[in-house]
Formats: sequence, structure tokens, C-alpha cells
Amino acid sequence: MGMMEGRWEEGFVTTTLEQAINWARQGSLWPMTFGLACCAIEMMATGASRYDIDRFGAGAFRATPRQADLMIVAGTVNFKMADRVRRLYHQMPEPKFVIAMGACTCGGGPYYKYGYNVVKGVDLVVPVDVYVPGCPPRPEALLEGLMRVQDKVRAMKDLTKGQPLNLPVPKRTGSVLLPEELATPEKALEFQTKNKEQAKPSKA
Amino acid sequence: MSPAEIIAILDERFGPVVTGKKLDTIDPWVSVDVGRLLEVCRFLRDDPRLRFDLLNCISGVDYLEPDPKKAPKAGFEPHLEVVYHLSSFTHRHRFVLKLILPRWKDGVAGQLPEVPSVCGLWATADWHERETFDLCGVLFTGHPDLRRILLAEDWEGHPLRKDYEFPLEYHGIRGR
Repeated sequence: MGMMEGRWEEGFVTTTLEQAINWARQGSLWPMTFGLACCAIEMMATGASRYDIDRFGAGAFRATPRQADLMIVAGTVNFKMADRVRRLYHQMPEPKFVIAMGACTCGGGPYYKYGYNVVKGVDLVVPVDVYVPGCPPRPEALLEGLMRVQDKVRAMKDLTKGQPLNLPVPKRTGSVLLPEELATPEKALEFQTKNKEQAKPSKA
Repeated sequence: MSPAEIIAILDERFGPVVTGKKLDTIDPWVSVDVGRLLEVCRFLRDDPRLRFDLLNCISGVDYLEPDPKKAPKAGFEPHLEVVYHLSSFTHRHRFVLKLILPRWKDGVAGQLPEVPSVCGLWATADWHERETFDLCGVLFTGHPDLRRILLAEDWEGHPLRKDYEFPLEYHGIRGR
């Protein structure tokens, strides 16, 4: 409970009401059961035991938009479906969040040029909070996207200001652990020149 | 029965209705006159030597080279084809029937070419014809329920036509 600022004193914890609400809200984002294409398979994998989205409190996939507060748009949205997506979004109670999962929903993906019936990004239909690229994204990527939504929830100032004020700064973005020979720029340059030297055809 | 024999039977029975044929392909075919399609299909289905009791598929093919520079070398005049793939469970043979249509009825752009529906002969034809209508723009006369099957009901145009123009906007959503 690191975010609960305050101090422990005889079994009491002090915090602001807003933070407590946000804490509760971020831990129970209920997504809507809503898969449009192949990304939905990956979404299901995220919900299943190996990746277990329930660890983040978002495992209760609701079969109705009225009980959901997170819409994971998993899959290609075509024009015929766009009307339905928009309607489902409007049926969700506030506060609501949208994850655009996969290349198709981020910007049309492989259908960008020749897909006459594909919406070039679901952000043309509903406002998107977090984009998760990939074709399809790994379950880890979707979990990362969920964490970004949680960051956004945590930054909400619903009670005092009415709206979330500051946009979430990614707090948990991991940096890639590089191998020893590439760890610093100097080492990387040395590695590169050495490689080039090796790649030269011998004139023997 | 071999395709050559089937073609021979059709030739004998219908004569000039068979407008074209090709034997040296994987799927030998004949093309027939559009006006006599129902008659030919009924014969193919009911004749005891043929018994084509299964309609595998109906496809629409648009032959058009949209690039004017390549058009002379394309090797075909712009036209539309409807292809019927038939099989027989009884005799275990297959056959392909083609219709060669103008791209537009009477040469007026926007007027869809008309083909008699074979729904009454093979119930399978219902959805296949709806799909061909939806994507290729062939009007099947006598079809019980000719609506779009894949695209939205208020869609404009037929996307698998080679000269189809992508929508710029649909229900307030930018198209490209």
C-alpha cells in the first residue's frame, strides 16, 4: 500500500478520500467482454491463468457495458461495427476508459491501405486512453497497457477538480537490459567497429 | 464422368446456348447464355447422367484493368464473370459453369447487370448470391431476399469491383 500516504498509528491509516477512491478504483477496473478479431484470443490469454489479469483487479470481464468501466477494443473495427462500438461506449457508466489493443485499432494496421471497410484507428470512433501496439500484442503488453490505465486512474482528481488533471507519466516503463558489450555508448561503438572489421572479406 | 463428356452432353442438348468452353485447365468450364441459365442449371441438376446436386460456390470476377496504360496489354475486354462450381455426390464429378456479363447493364454506369437467381434449384445459392451482389454488384433477379450480407445496409458501391472508390466518410468516421 505504498501510495497510501500517511502513518500507521494504532491500526489507523490516514489518506485523502480521493486517493482512497482512486486506489479502490484502479484495483477493480472491470473490462467488457468484447473481442472483435484475433486480438481477442490474446486478450483471453491475458485473462487466463498464465498471465492472469485478475492480479491487477481487472479479471471480472462483464458481459454488459453497464457494469464495465474498461473497454478493451481487441481487434479490427470495421465501419459496420463502428456504430456498435460507439454505442457500447456510450452505454458504459462514467468514469470509463478505453484501451486500443493491436495494430488495427491503433491505426488500421495491415488494412490501412486496402481495407475499404476498416476504420483507420478506433480513436476515430471513441476516445482512446491507452494504445497497445502489436499484431497481436503479447499478453504482457496488454497488462502494461492496463497498468497505464491504472496510472491514469491514480492521477484522477474526480472529487476535487472534477476531471483528471495531469496526464499520467509512465511510471513503470522498464528499460531494456542490454548485454555487457552494448551497455555504454563507448562499448557499443567499439563492438560495432569490431564487428565491421570482422565482416570485411579477407583478401588472402 | 469426365468434363469432356459433360461438355459434349451440354453441347448436344443446348447447342448454341453454350457460348464458350475451355477444356485444358484444371477446372474445365463452359460459359452459357445468361437468358437460358435456369434451363441449363435445371438440366445439370436433374439429368440422371449428371445429377449436380451440390452447388459449391458462386463467385463474381471483375475483369478490368484500371490503369489505362496497361489496359491494351491486359488480354481481355472489360467484363464481369459469374462462376458456378458444381459437384455431384451421386457420380462424384465436378464442373464449372460461367456467365459472361457486361460490367454494367446496357453500358450505363451504375446499372447492375442482371442474372436469374438459382435459389430455387440449390438453396445454397441464397447467401452466395447475396455475397456476390454485395461485393461484385451482380443483380440476381428472382432472389427471395437480395440484401447486402457482409457490408452495412447503407453502404454505397460494390468493393470488389476494380474501379471501386474507397469511402471518404462513413457515419461521421473518416475513411482514410
